Amino acid sequence: MPEDQIHLKGAPLLEIRNLKIEATVYPPDEDPHDITIVDGVSLTLHKGKVLGLIGESGAGKSTIGLSPMAYGRGGVRITGGEVIVNGRDILKGGNRKVRRLRGREVCYVAQSAAAAFNPAHRLMDQVVEATLKHGISSRREAEARAVELFRKLSLPDPENIGKRYPHQVSGGQLQRVMTAMALCSEPDLIIFDEPTTALDVTTQIDVLAAIKEAIAATGVAALYITHDLAVVAQVSDEIMVLRHGKTVEWGDTRQIIDQPRETYTQQLVAAHHVEHDEHAPEGTPLLSVKNITAAYGGGHINVLKNVTVDIRPGQTLAVVGESGSGKSTLARAITGLLPPKEGTITFDGRELPARLADRKREDLRELQMIYQMADVAMNPRQTVATIIGRPLEFYFNLPGAERDRRVNELLEKIEMGRGFADRYPAELSGGQKQRVCIARALAADPKLIICDEVTSALDPLVANGILKLLLELQKQEQVSYLFITHDIATVRAIADSIAVMYRGEVVRYGPKSKVLEPPYDDYTQLLLSSVPEMEIGWLEKAISGRRMAAAGN
Amino acid sequence: MMFKRMPIGAAIGLFVTIVLLVVAVFAPWIAPYPGSRVLGGVWEPSSAQYWLGTDNLGRDLLSRMIYGARITVFIAVASTALAFTLGSILGFMAAVIGGWFDTIMSRFVDLLMSIPTLIFGLVVLSVLPSTIPILILVMGILDSTRVYRLSRAVAVDINVMDFVEAAKLRGEGTRWIIFREILPNALSPLVSELGLRFIYAVLFLSALSFLGLGVQPPDADWGGMVRENREGIVFGIPAALIPAGAIAALAISVNLVADWILNRTTDLKGGRGNA
Repeated sequence: MPEDQIHLKGAPLLEIRNLKIEATVYPPDEDPHDITIVDGVSLTLHKGKVLGLIGESGAGKSTIGLSPMAYGRGGVRITGGEVIVNGRDILKGGNRKVRRLRGREVCYVAQSAAAAFNPAHRLMDQVVEATLKHGISSRREAEARAVELFRKLSLPDPENIGKRYPHQVSGGQLQRVMTAMALCSEPDLIIFDEPTTALDVTTQIDVLAAIKEAIAATGVAALYITHDLAVVAQVSDEIMVLRHGKTVEWGDTRQIIDQPRETYTQQLVAAHHVEHDEHAPEGTPLLSVKNITAAYGGGHINVLKNVTVDIRPGQTLAVVGESGSGKSTLARAITGLLPPKEGTITFDGRELPARLADRKREDLRELQMIYQMADVAMNPRQTVATIIGRPLEFYFNLPGAERDRRVNELLEKIEMGRGFADRYPAELSGGQKQRVCIARALAADPKLIICDEVTSALDPLVANGILKLLLELQKQEQVSYLFITHDIATVRAIADSIAVMYRGEVVRYGPKSKVLEPPYDDYTQLLLSSVPEMEIGWLEKAISGRRMAAAGN
Repeated sequence: MMFKRMPIGAAIGLFVTIVLLVVAVFAPWIAPYPGSRVLGGVWEPSSAQYWLGTDNLGRDLLSRMIYGARITVFIAVASTALAFTLGSILGFMAAVIGGWFDTIMSRFVDLLMSIPTLIFGLVVLSVLPSTIPILILVMGILDSTRVYRLSRAVAVDINVMDFVEAAKLRGEGTRWIIFREILPNALSPLVSELGLRFIYAVLFLSALSFLGLGVQPPDADWGGMVRENREGIVFGIPAALIPAGAIAALAISVNLVADWILNRTTDLKGGRGNA
């Protein structure tokens, strides 16, 4: 056999052996010390194959993903192991050799394309930059190739889109331009670092399909980093599950999805199973929103148009839609932060004043809110006891000892325990922070809690725990939820009724079983079909079955 | 624990600042002679009797320096305190209340700031009598414009955070939002600004006194002492340089301490605050 053919078949394109990555941390009032981020990870990747790296935040997946470029982000150092690209160890040989590697043999697609592009240069100049720098081809050839890639990635007007600036294209398009940038210098390996995470579901599917086609057409190998198992199942041949910087399981995509061996992988695969029986919409509504129309800053563009929904006591209404659909604005209108221009809000049999300042303390108490970003929803200078205790003081005038007793009770309720009372928010994990926010809302003994994307910023397993807690509390306290989310899987898990919002209007509303059952209107069909399912071949099926194009496409 | 990893510059700064503060507070017990009694000849050189020599009227320079420290530090501290109370409360209110209150306050502050501080101070003090309360009032109000600017900018950022919105939804009043939600989070930048403002107050007072509109004789702050002894420089007598050096030492050491505090507290993650 000729030698180059042996090379093709035998030696892998990328081989990582016993990778160890460390960083030095500088905690205040302590001596700086080293922490290990990645420990003993090995993997091989052959030409034209896609390996998915999956794990929760902090699992080290991005850090590993950057190692084939011999790069450590933010003071992170590769301290052990070998990274072999195209038969040579890139960790040896210094900067000059690494410079020849980056942008030519290995390219990178970042999570936030909007932050990764230079806003002052035209897209085309940035797409061909690496190609020209490495002297791979002339500018004309490179640009012709870029246009070809734009077409392959189904970008609109491929001949001229390169003349635009980054702010002149949508987020989904920019992500595809970035993929074109990575492919332009004809590299052997591309690292995709969560390329669709920041996009809306309906846009994500288009970008995903484009990336998959481009990989197939160019025969490039790829490392695909994501926290979403359903997404990685669509594009990769193999999947590696990571946790705390160590490999949990590595195998064929089909095996990982269908027959996960490790407990942790099984939990990840099963993450969305939450027990909940749907309640029929009966009884008088607790909250009635009637014909609400609202605009920001007294403007003429209505962000909410004639919205009407009801919430029954002890039930959950889920409001779904992509970003910009007006779902958070609906929450602001209900809380009184944004007084609506028209329409009425009836709560517990009485009409609520439109403005927050005109509402009675009792109205405020019975209607609480939980935010998406738990870390900014709590005052970083207050302890957990103060955060949870304040509503008790404020609404019920509970004196010191009794208040502390009730705070401890609430801490037990959110499954945290009294040991946390003296902690500051910075000393809690993401899931614990959200639990404290739930306890703060519960402290007011409310009838309705508005949950604004409460699980979106959390890892799947943690999010699952929060959803279970919310349902458990609903059973105990008979509290109603207005659940705002863009995640259909969450909605399936916990809703009793659903309102689908699109461009400020409710396009579909009713009990969960009715809304999630055909016949669908076009938008609901698009939204439902865009949610990645943990099933190989789902992507192709979803794309072929669509009736309307995504708005942000 | 807090002082363990203190840089040498900050340590020197802290030491000098503390020494000067102790001297200022305990002046009558430390000073060897009364501050305004003529004891010897004019501009006598330093001796065992008069450690720093005597001044232009034959008073003990060391004693005058010690009493001068007291006056300088007292006026600077009082006017800084006034500037901070006034500036930060108004700044926070402007950020939280917003609307017309914010507009009127901010434009008024812009107006005050558009006039050079020293000239403004000179004009006001040439009309009003130069007593210590009036000095403090004028310096405090002029300085509060800077504090207002800073605290409004910091508070505007904090005011849009979710935890402030949560407090508003709870129905909390403006006072709770300013003092319990915003103030603790705005403390770090304000504390380091406090140090800088204090230095400006010292320098401003010294300038006013040097020009004859500050502290009036027979009392004197360090700026006034530079003025009294300035003619001596022509004859090679260093009496004017000693108070000038003291002003510089105070300014530099407080600055070093303020820098150190700012460096330590730039993490806005909260938690167990170090400020």
